[in-house]
Amino acid sequence: MTPTSATSHQGEPHAHQFVDAAQQAHAATLGMWAFLITEILFFGGLLTAYAVYRWMYPEAWADASSELDLGLGAFNTAVLIGSSLTMALAVHGAQTGSRREQISMLLMTILLGGVFLGVKVVEYSQKFEHHLVPGAHFRFPGAEAPHAELFFGMYFGLTGLHAAHMIVGLGLLLWLLAGALRGRWTPDYATPVENVGLYWHFVDIVWIFLFPLLYLVHRH
Amino acid sequence: MSAHVVPRRIYFTVFTLLMVLTFATVQASNLDLGRWALVVALVIACVKATMVMLWFMHVKYSSRLIPLGLVGGFVWLMLLLGIVFSDYLSRGWVPYPGK
Repeated sequence: MTPTSATSHQGEPHAHQFVDAAQQAHAATLGMWAFLITEILFFGGLLTAYAVYRWMYPEAWADASSELDLGLGAFNTAVLIGSSLTMALAVHGAQTGSRREQISMLLMTILLGGVFLGVKVVEYSQKFEHHLVPGAHFRFPGAEAPHAELFFGMYFGLTGLHAAHMIVGLGLLLWLLAGALRGRWTPDYATPVENVGLYWHFVDIVWIFLFPLLYLVHRH
Repeated sequence: MSAHVVPRRIYFTVFTLLMVLTFATVQASNLDLGRWALVVALVIACVKATMVMLWFMHVKYSSRLIPLGLVGGFVWLMLLLGIVFSDYLSRGWVPYPGK
């Protein structure tokens, strides 16, 4: 019996515990999804707290939400959806072996991710200027102030956790870009690009829910 | 390895629809829908998220195991919300002595 080595089977190279490269790629995809499913619950805890307080203090939620900049929030939603498109195209580039598409689309995704975080910095600094950051300097007119403070606590908690995921994502994208420049991602080995893509789209989905929940509370 | 390569045209179509739905959710928030405003916003968000998962994240082309796990994840989230709200919503339904 011949010993199993990394390339003993026909086809593309794969680790010895897998039957073939397709099974290896499938296992990697499944593992990534298992991680993302735990992330649903990671954000889910905060979202549940958000839901309870929104149900308890609907007036405060409506008043506090109207302090957010809808224009910037909507702009950022568009930016992030655009970055999901360029990420999907970067995966397309890896799967078809187009290094040009990989590099240009990864650069676009990094750029759009940077724009999103830049807008977030502007929004956060406005909240500091307007005394809307929970803590000793929080100022809000009316009797609902303590509950409005809760809203902004949820706002910074949710968007902060989301932004942290974006920063991790940007680091992963830079790593992908370095690999793309060296021609590491090919149709035979596109798994890292595909899995970072899954992560990036997940972060986009989180924002798809955060945008209406934070910016579009009772606006009419 | 034989991953399903999704044609670029599909990505552009999905992107366009996501942008249209983003515009729609902002417009809907200007309407006086009362308590339905949240429902409309969440339904649009769920449609957008499903589109991202099906096409951008290739769930439509993946093995059945992925959507199964995914549905499991959302079931757990619904359990969390469901059990928490079964507590909060039912408080005050039954009076008890000393309160």
